[in-house]
Amino acid sequence: MIDLDDIDFAILRLLSEDGTQGAGAIGRVCGLSQPAAWRRIKRLRDKRAIRGLKLRLDANKIGFGVTVFLGVKLALKGGVGLEDFERAVTAIPEVQTVEHVLGLYDYRLRVVARDLPDFERVLRRRIMTLPGAGAVEANVLLSEERLSGPIGQSRS
Amino acid sequence: MLNSIDRRILRQWQFDPTLTPAELAKRAGVSLGKLGRRQARLRDEGIVQGVQAVVDWVALGYAVEVSLRVTLDKTQPRAFENFITEARDIPEVIEIQTFLGRVDVRLSVIARDMAHYQNLYRSRVLSLPHISDIEALMQVAQIKNDEVLPL
Repeated sequence: MIDLDDIDFAILRLLSEDGTQGAGAIGRVCGLSQPAAWRRIKRLRDKRAIRGLKLRLDANKIGFGVTVFLGVKLALKGGVGLEDFERAVTAIPEVQTVEHVLGLYDYRLRVVARDLPDFERVLRRRIMTLPGAGAVEANVLLSEERLSGPIGQSRS
Repeated sequence: MLNSIDRRILRQWQFDPTLTPAELAKRAGVSLGKLGRRQARLRDEGIVQGVQAVVDWVALGYAVEVSLRVTLDKTQPRAFENFITEARDIPEVIEIQTFLGRVDVRLSVIARDMAHYQNLYRSRVLSLPHISDIEALMQVAQIKNDEVLPL
């Protein structure tokens, strides 16, 4: 864990809105010189507070009209292991995220599809046939908002 | 809609958003000038919403992430609005999603440790309005989280 002050939080907040901003632009907002801002950004990267960059796309506009979250319970028998399931599920292109969870389900998957018939195809051909897959619960995503989280007082 | 050049660009771009324009143009097989024009158009049309830094909450000391699946009391006409408005005010809530299905709303909540989570859960989450049922999934590991679209 790293020690961060308010300026680091402000930098994280700015970069999580627009990760392409350079040290000059960040410095101007935070009241730092360009080299000082650069050093702080480098430190945040080196300490892995910033994991990387992500391109945010509007899935709807590219024709992926349906996002479904699946809760998957494993029915492990006959030597099928967690690794087999994980390897197979991460290889499905329509599966965007895979989380191993504790609770009602074993895995939580985020699946994109063009429309409901396309989702049905993915579910039947790819998800239901996964090694070890048991009961599946589906919830269709209606809206989603991501918040900046506990990095500083002001929330954007 | 996208043509095949847009698809090539987006495929490479989302695979590695840290690429310089020159590298991206080379991988997508387009000229630098064309790349710039296409990227500008993709942004103007709102297809590309931005390039954002991904904060690693574990590195910042938030070791616990819990997915809270909430069923709301739908006899309350403003259940969704009231619940979501108040959930936004909890700093540790990093994601709010609404669903069609058995679950109405899902919150992603992060906490420094289990004691912190328990405190948040009792003092902030359970006091949110119109909850009729709530169940928790604790994240053990993220196996895949690139959120790349299959273009």
